[in-house]
Amino acid sequence: MTILEVAGLGMDFGGLTAVEAVSFSVRRGGIMSVIGPNGAGKTTLFNMVSGIYRPTRGRVVLDGRDVTGLAPHKLAAMGMSRTFQNLKVFQQMSVLQNVMAGRHLSEGVHVVSDLLGLPGAARRNRESEEEAHRLLRLVGLERGAFREASELSYGGLKRLEIARALATQPRLLLLDEPAAGCNAVETGEIDELISRIAETGVAVLLVEHDMKLVMKISAHVVVMEQVRKISEGPPQEVANDPRVIEAYLGSGAETGAKGVGERAQG
Amino acid sequence: MMRGLSPSSLTLLTLLVLMVVAPALFPSSYYYRVGALIFINGLAATGLVILVGYAGQVSLGHAGFSGVGAYACALGPVHLGLPPVLCVVLGAALSALLAWGVGRPILRLKAHYLAVATLGFGILIYMAINNEGWLTGGPDGMSVKALGLKGLLRDFGIKVKASELWYWISGGVLLLGAFIALNLRNSPAGRALRSLHDSEVAASTIGIDVARMKVMAFVISAVYASVAGSLVAMMNRFVTPDVAGFLHSIELLTMTVLGGASSVLGATVGATILTALPQVLTVFEDFENLSLGLIMMLVMIFLRQGLVPTLARRWRRRAT
Repeated sequence: MTILEVAGLGMDFGGLTAVEAVSFSVRRGGIMSVIGPNGAGKTTLFNMVSGIYRPTRGRVVLDGRDVTGLAPHKLAAMGMSRTFQNLKVFQQMSVLQNVMAGRHLSEGVHVVSDLLGLPGAARRNRESEEEAHRLLRLVGLERGAFREASELSYGGLKRLEIARALATQPRLLLLDEPAAGCNAVETGEIDELISRIAETGVAVLLVEHDMKLVMKISAHVVVMEQVRKISEGPPQEVANDPRVIEAYLGSGAETGAKGVGERAQG
Repeated sequence: MMRGLSPSSLTLLTLLVLMVVAPALFPSSYYYRVGALIFINGLAATGLVILVGYAGQVSLGHAGFSGVGAYACALGPVHLGLPPVLCVVLGAALSALLAWGVGRPILRLKAHYLAVATLGFGILIYMAINNEGWLTGGPDGMSVKALGLKGLLRDFGIKVKASELWYWISGGVLLLGAFIALNLRNSPAGRALRSLHDSEVAASTIGIDVARMKVMAFVISAVYASVAGSLVAMMNRFVTPDVAGFLHSIELLTMTVLGGASSVLGATVGATILTALPQVLTVFEDFENLSLGLIMMLVMIFLRQGLVPTLARRWRRRAT
């Protein structure tokens, strides 16, 4: 069963093509990755899917509904949330408040109640706080819940963004390079976290540089190079695809790619 | 000692205590008037805390809403025969409506573009008041009917000076305004506002309708400015277009930022400094404005986050 279908999605900036026409689909509850070298168009693709850019061509279908060009907050209400490569954590809030902010859709907007401090506001706060603590436990940040978000380590910030995105109760979670800039230990932790999220039934679409992470946890991989999709399939298959080996790792890096493929199998 | 109190209650308590204690130090009843002015400015600045401090948007035209509130109280009783208190409410409603109508298109703009657009809005209101002399008295201003509260109290045998009465009225309204702003800060809607302060894109990906929340903050802060305008008009029994002027807009914004844009207590501290300091600095005569400007610059250089947040942090650090 597909949750997300991307059909011929593409975008031009002026005369420059950033993404030509990419198609793929994400299965409910599965982990799927988009990989490719810098400038391949991965982030542009991600921004189109998540509603931040309005695509020049193609369609995005979420749960059978055409959502092409819909604003991010509407997509969030339909069950899609995302994180950012260049971290967009709310720096002036505590760790806990960041995750509570992600509960906006469940809380709803009740201005009068919030302004006058009516019991309803307190109740919604309490519910959000409980849920935020649960999510912080899930991502392993429970101990720093009351710290300022700006005090977290880089890996901590990444996990905080994931917790905040999960607070929207998504059925599809888009993760933009969740392991970028993390060390091996942190990458391992995020790797495990993503698998755990997928086990709860949330479909994960991942854009990633870290081949190791991608190969280990993805059920399906899409490879992009120079604004177009060049390969697609299960990780082992893709890793052994000669086009991928040449394009992604460069010619002469064949052994490296094989190594990655073997690790994925093991 | 104060460990059991939430920061919100602490802020309200601080304001209340200062409000009650200050008159003991007043050498003459003139100071009640200065106090009332501080509270009224503090109220408008508290509204800007919601817009600037929470939501991270700027307005250089908020005095326009004060103008709407002030002239509602000047015109309502004379032309429509309405009771002054109802005019405060009507002025606030009109300001909210205006803010909603204007806010929807201009709050799409960011940073300096938004600043210029709100500036234009403020000037528009000022010009309207200034030019429609047949209605507003133009640049000469117009008198405002008394609230009638003093007479009412006299009927009950309570004799109170107008300046003292306005001190307590505006103090009470400021406390109410601070209470509301503090409630909002810790509420779900307040969290949504503070989210867009830090990242609009991230806010939208967690389901926050950025445009709607910005307009909400704009409308709420407009109501604060409008009520402040109404109060100052009724206290002075006279109103001129300057209440809606550009300089007043700047003054309000400066109070907010000086005290600490996201701090409700800071708004009143900023209002106190900018309202009272010019009176104190008159001893410097020709250098009055110069020293005021210098103080403001020094605060912003050395206490970048504004007076209250910076000092509160230092105090906390020393406590631990």
